[in-house]
Amino acid sequence: MSDSHSAGTAVEAGWGGGASPFAVGHKKLGMWLFIVSDALTFSALIITYSYVRAANEWPTPFDFYPAIIFSSLMTLVLLSSSLTMVFAVDAAHRGDRSATAKWTWATALGGVIFIVLHVNEWIHLIHDGVTPLSNPWGTPLFGGTFFTLTGLHMTHVAIGVVYLGIIAIGFKRGKYDAEDVEVSGLYWHFVDLVWMFIFPLVYLMSTKIS
Amino acid sequence: MSAEAESHRGLFIKVWLWLLGLTLVEVILAYIQFDLVVMLTLLMGLSIVKAGMIMAYFMHLKFDRPVLSWTVGVPLVACILIMIGYFFPDSLRIVDFGFAGWQ
Repeated sequence: MSDSHSAGTAVEAGWGGGASPFAVGHKKLGMWLFIVSDALTFSALIITYSYVRAANEWPTPFDFYPAIIFSSLMTLVLLSSSLTMVFAVDAAHRGDRSATAKWTWATALGGVIFIVLHVNEWIHLIHDGVTPLSNPWGTPLFGGTFFTLTGLHMTHVAIGVVYLGIIAIGFKRGKYDAEDVEVSGLYWHFVDLVWMFIFPLVYLMSTKIS
Repeated sequence: MSAEAESHRGLFIKVWLWLLGLTLVEVILAYIQFDLVVMLTLLMGLSIVKAGMIMAYFMHLKFDRPVLSWTVGVPLVACILIMIGYFFPDSLRIVDFGFAGWQ
């Protein structure tokens, strides 16, 4: 049997039913489909933000220090938590239950640090008089778009922390398998990925021009 | 088997360092302050590269079957392009109307 023939048969068998053409489990495929839909939700919000920003005089209220430095620190924390998450998945595939739990908890801790830093940032802005409907710098939509976009992201981080906690405890007890850890990792990396767009668009593009 | 896992971990650390490096470049760009369009182009370019790295390595797509990448990637990119194509001409048209700072 030639190589090309066997490859052709493999493709046919893969899509003919009774096989897994994506070669991933149903939970992983389900999470990917959720991520596509959630990514579109965030895309719509980011495009809304960009729409009103392009159509208005937009305030640039973030001082390089502290706001930009702190939001950069938040980015560092989130990126590092993605690294600990890959280590957790790696340990789960090796069957090392306690190492998986340890790395998963480290990831959740990164999420908690992110939320603490971000809430601190919110409190500063609220003290400066920013609300969803008004702010001292003119364009009222600044507050509405800022809180919606970063608020939905922070909600995702908070849900992720709970999700990772459940996975860490359950995996250690043998309730979940490596695929469950991997699927929770996909969600976490996605939350990280969304921040890679929110951070430059909301913060870096609004650095106070000195 | 364990050697393979070790080498993967090294790869992930390398990707993480790249992501941090690109983020540092973005922050430096914000510090220097370029023209708005230049800033936006550079920042979005870097963000797309970062997102691609996260999806390829951290989210494992590079090691999965290509059909998975196509299945999640094509609708996502298509829908985002449609949204951009529909809405941005309109928001820029509002600028031309001279409504900026109307409140």
